[in-house]
Amino acid sequence: MGKTLMKGNEAIARAAILSGIDAYFGYPITPQNEIPEYLSKLMFEAGKVFVQAESEVAAINMVYGAAAAGFRTMTSSSSPGIALKQEGITYLCGAELPAVVVSVMRGGPGLGSITPSQGDYNQATRGGGNGDYHVIVFAPETIQETIDIMKEAFDIADYYRNPVMILVDGMIGQMMETVDLTKPVKKRFLPEKDWAANGTSRHSKRNVVNSLYIESDILEAHNLALKKKYDKVVINDTRYELINMEDPDYVIVAFGTMSRICRSAIEMLAEKKIRVGIIRPISLWPFPNVAFENLDAPHLKGILDVEMNLGQMLTDVLVANNGKYPVGFFGRAGGVVPEPEEVVDAILHFKNRVVK
Amino acid sequence: MEIKYKKTKGLTDTPLSYCPGCTHGIVHKLVAETLEELGVLGTTVAIASVGCSVFSYKFFNTDAVQAAHGRACAVATGIKRNLPDNIVFTYQGDGDLASIGIAETIHAANRGENFTVIFVNNAIYGMTGGQMAPTSLIGQVTTTSQSGRDAKLQGSPIHICEMFSQIEGVAYLERVSAFNPRQVRIAKAAIKKAFTYQMEKKGFTMIEVLSSCPVNWGKKPVDALKWIEEAMVPVFPLKVFKDKYAEDEKNV
Repeated sequence: MGKTLMKGNEAIARAAILSGIDAYFGYPITPQNEIPEYLSKLMFEAGKVFVQAESEVAAINMVYGAAAAGFRTMTSSSSPGIALKQEGITYLCGAELPAVVVSVMRGGPGLGSITPSQGDYNQATRGGGNGDYHVIVFAPETIQETIDIMKEAFDIADYYRNPVMILVDGMIGQMMETVDLTKPVKKRFLPEKDWAANGTSRHSKRNVVNSLYIESDILEAHNLALKKKYDKVVINDTRYELINMEDPDYVIVAFGTMSRICRSAIEMLAEKKIRVGIIRPISLWPFPNVAFENLDAPHLKGILDVEMNLGQMLTDVLVANNGKYPVGFFGRAGGVVPEPEEVVDAILHFKNRVVK
Repeated sequence: MEIKYKKTKGLTDTPLSYCPGCTHGIVHKLVAETLEELGVLGTTVAIASVGCSVFSYKFFNTDAVQAAHGRACAVATGIKRNLPDNIVFTYQGDGDLASIGIAETIHAANRGENFTVIFVNNAIYGMTGGQMAPTSLIGQVTTTSQSGRDAKLQGSPIHICEMFSQIEGVAYLERVSAFNPRQVRIAKAAIKKAFTYQMEKKGFTMIEVLSSCPVNWGKKPVDALKWIEEAMVPVFPLKVFKDKYAEDEKNV
């Protein structure tokens, strides 16, 4: 199959089908509505499970049930809806269940707006659920990359027995691009789901899916086992892209839609003889600290973090930079998408942008 | 020597965590016996909820999933939709089902989800130490209604079976109790009927069991059983609220 022109949300739905999902559960919220709309048809045609839940809370708990029974499952939502799913997400982590959560960000806080935003960086990477847990978060910048990461995300979730979040914004959800749905992605060896609660007649012992460990020392052992798993994710699945990083004057850090705008901005800056590279985190958790540790740029004057929020990734950039270079920030919030010229201006006036 | 009675294979050997005089143990036994008698222990997935029965995943000798507070029916939906030929049931108290989880329960019923809900109503939050439940009676003293539940301040006890009898997707709905041997036998028959309906893919089934909580009610076990009969039953009448297929059975 060649290239097709496709809307981001439709591509997400089709990538889910191509990933062999058994069950989708969701609740309407803009700007991700086309995902459940397409899936309601596609899943029905494929003889698979589609349920429009009564709430985001119910949807994520249906995902918990389907995952517990050993099925490949996902949900999708947007900012206030993802807020409601936090309870289910920590349970998925605690019970070590694989699932994919697609988050199509809009402006916040509260009901906010329905326009594209990156205001849920903290929600995705820190989460609002209780306890020591991590969600593996990927932030693609094109629809093609969204499809490719979606197709891998289910395997990654199964491999680690942990939820994986695909974090995009309303721009990626709503725009159309040419895509190749059949582009092959890396496959990994996946163990049998011999832990699934699907009836003892299918396996030898009772299978119990649970996140309750009433004795502290046993819970701590569970916490440490989870930590070990998360450390493995950091080593094996930290992802980033380096763009134009040969001897830069400045480095921009940007992800998702913002990194695309920054790609235009650095071309405009090149015309002004200012060399600017981009570190583009693809995995937001784990954050690509390694890209900063390996930074070899003798003429580097500073690092500019650019986001469609008021500086949520900045903490991670500051930690990764570890005081090595001056760090500045530029961002627009509320669902405003900045123009490349604004990023150019921020680099030209970098001194004013430096975070004290 | 002939063995006339032995413990059901539907329960594990794990000692129950319930207080002396609590009827949870009886309800567990009835459900477990039913699953054994219907020959479905190997295909059953039990959903434990949050409350006193949180550890029920240790007691039912089946696969089990522990659900977040109130979400048992959503979790059950996720399982049953993928495993339509398995037996799935939730085991929930009145806090879990009638308060925090009422939305999940109503919508599962309305979709006609083909699983069984065992709803244990003891008119109090047991696990957390005796707070007022949505099903607490008017005048009932709890740790959060210390002058007794006042309808003007805290509303009246919520009637789950009465509400759910109006929902199209419900196939079978009965309120039973466990305050004497006769009631226990009625409860067993009701539970068996619900699971049988599920096996026949008839839709959503729920059995509400009026249960005792001697510790948090501040009563001796025997007095607690009396309180079910004398105080709870007049508020929560015991009967079949809905049997969508009763006519079919008559015709057979």
